[in-house]
Amino acid sequence: MTMATPEMTARRRRARAGWLLSTPALVLLLCGAAGPLLVVLVFSFLTKGGYGGVELPFTAEAWFRIFFQRDIFDGTVSAADAHIQIFWRSVWLSLATTLITFVLGLPTAWFIATRPARTRTLWLFLITIPFWTNLLIRTFAIMEVIRNEGLLNSALLGLGLIDQPLQILFTDTATLIGMAYVYLPLMVLPLYAAIDRFDMRLLEAGHDLYASRWALLRRVILPIIRPGLVAGCILVFIPALGAYVVPRVLGGGKNMMVGNFIELQFGQARNWPLGAALSMMLLLVVMAALLVYVRAMAQEGRDD
Amino acid sequence: MTQGPAVEAQSVVKHFGDGPDAVRALDDVSVTVARGEFFTLLGPSGCGKTTLLRCIAGFETPTAGRILLGGRDITDDPPNRRRVNTVFQSYALFPHLTVAQNVAFGLQMLGRPKAEVRATTDRMLALVRLDALADRRPDALSGGQQQRVALARALAPQPEVLLLDEPLSALDLKLRKEMQSELKRLQHETGITFVFVTHDQEEALTMSDRIGVMSAGRLLQVAPPRDIYNRPVNRFVADFIGETNFLPATAHAGQIRLRSGEVLGPTTVSGAITVAIRPEQLRLSDPGDHEAIPATVEGSTYLGTDSHLHLRLPDGSRVVARIPSLPQAEPGPAPGMPVGLRVAPGALQVLED
Ligand SMILES: Nc1ncnc2c1ncn2[C@@H]1O[C@H](COP(=O)(O)OP(=O)(O)OP(=O)(O)O)[C@@H](O)[C@H]1O
Ligand SMILES: [Mg+2]
Repeated sequence: MTMATPEMTARRRRARAGWLLSTPALVLLLCGAAGPLLVVLVFSFLTKGGYGGVELPFTAEAWFRIFFQRDIFDGTVSAADAHIQIFWRSVWLSLATTLITFVLGLPTAWFIATRPARTRTLWLFLITIPFWTNLLIRTFAIMEVIRNEGLLNSALLGLGLIDQPLQILFTDTATLIGMAYVYLPLMVLPLYAAIDRFDMRLLEAGHDLYASRWALLRRVILPIIRPGLVAGCILVFIPALGAYVVPRVLGGGKNMMVGNFIELQFGQARNWPLGAALSMMLLLVVMAALLVYVRAMAQEGRDD
Repeated sequence: MTQGPAVEAQSVVKHFGDGPDAVRALDDVSVTVARGEFFTLLGPSGCGKTTLLRCIAGFETPTAGRILLGGRDITDDPPNRRRVNTVFQSYALFPHLTVAQNVAFGLQMLGRPKAEVRATTDRMLALVRLDALADRRPDALSGGQQQRVALARALAPQPEVLLLDEPLSALDLKLRKEMQSELKRLQHETGITFVFVTHDQEEALTMSDRIGVMSAGRLLQVAPPRDIYNRPVNRFVADFIGETNFLPATAHAGQIRLRSGEVLGPTTVSGAITVAIRPEQLRLSDPGDHEAIPATVEGSTYLGTDSHLHLRLPDGSRVVARIPSLPQAEPGPAPGMPVGLRVAPGALQVLED
């Protein structure tokens, strides 16, 4: 018993030192993450000011306005179709982006992971090169490719495959192309990390046990690299949901995503509470998506 | 046991790379393994055992030659179309599946009905005595248990041939002995043809119906363990299997003599030869024994039940004799002591080099 006392004191001292050492991180987290969120949350429950900004009193009007609209003349309430449409477009564009990046990213990551160690670093470096360039510039580059007089259309016209330029720019397709391009590395890198750890001998074992290539992919590869797969999907889906630059430049003014709509509220529309409420809404959708993932992971872990 | 061939390799050649620096991993290997046989490929590291196994399994395509399974040419079939299963040296168990799911995998891929898959899986788990661990993941198993799962998984689809690539090399000695008899039992109970790879000669001798000794991509001798041990075809085989004394000798007029003239035994060949004698085929006798070869003791090594006695012969060559160890109190032959040496009848092996 007497022996335990100095040891316990030491442990307590270590614990206190641990807290002390993590103070900078905690302060940073509080100020950097929780603080601004709190501000946004408060704003979403305030009244909009005449020239932007917010004023008292507290109200849930902004939250109400996300889903419903009041007729200016007779005050009847109806669903805010435009808002719901924007949310819906954001979700499906993000899901489609996730799917496209997965379909393109899996073979890419596989290719890199199966290169000899020497060239692998080079391929990884090539994948990360886009990160070195400003997002806006990359987006304008895509614009240059897909606009009516751009590379793609000129090539297709030149080859005689089409006789009218394809109107891709300022459509959802353009946004999709842009987002798939921008977020592809975020899918490739976690997939690569997972495939790198994958024991290739399992492929021979599966092949030996009568699995076709397709069965190998479905029954052996995908289940084993799932952590990387899930990480990739989260890393692509969440930023895609809040994308701003790509839909703004490539989607044009009409094909807004939530990010653009929020910007509109803080800018031209001068409706800060609505912008704040929309931001919180976006956060809730993201958290719901994360929750679904986590649940799915835990579930499958138990099922197998 | 022998009802036609289970698997045949016909003049199989396998090169890795091309040009002058290609590795000749298999150099014209032909062998026929009978149905229900326990066939062992034995040879030093890098001699091509794994390569031959991989050619049979379908992971490698032979540069030349054919592989036949039950008389049918399967040289161009992919692994999933060959009724052959492999027990990998690394086990290669699926980490995301339970023991039972691992065992069921092959049957599911073959599209067997659910009820049959479950029944066969249960039977296989019982066969390798793993019923209690059916729901564990492979990473929660010991090496020996993983080994058993790998076995059950490969046996479950009832392949025509089971290939085992050094399946016991990762186990400690005691477990290894246990698994050796376990393997024999499994082979007996399932009646499946086993092609077993090892570089452990003792393992090969105790387990096999027949052994194929390989060296540098060639199959040197295929024979039952007794014949491999007692009638090795060449110096390599004699040296690789068990311990052997090699003596330069001359054969003349039906007699083999040491270079110094002492008669070793009868023969039918003539000329300069090498003879091989196993240490346990040499017997000690009195120094005065006229029919024995006079020898001088140089030293001894205690092995437990037996001892190795190092001797020098009149022609200067050295041999080792394996003799029963004497009780502690009795002094053994001391260095420098003259002894007589007799060769057991029929123990002389005349070798081509
Ligand atoms: N994929 C390959 N590429 C090039 N050379 C190879 C390849 N696989 C095997 N070899 C060579 O072929 C020869 C035979 O190899 P193999 O693996 O069959 O030997 P082994 O008898 O199984 O040896 P061990 O007992 O060490 O497992 C070796 O010289 C090896 O280096
Ligand atoms: Mg090998």
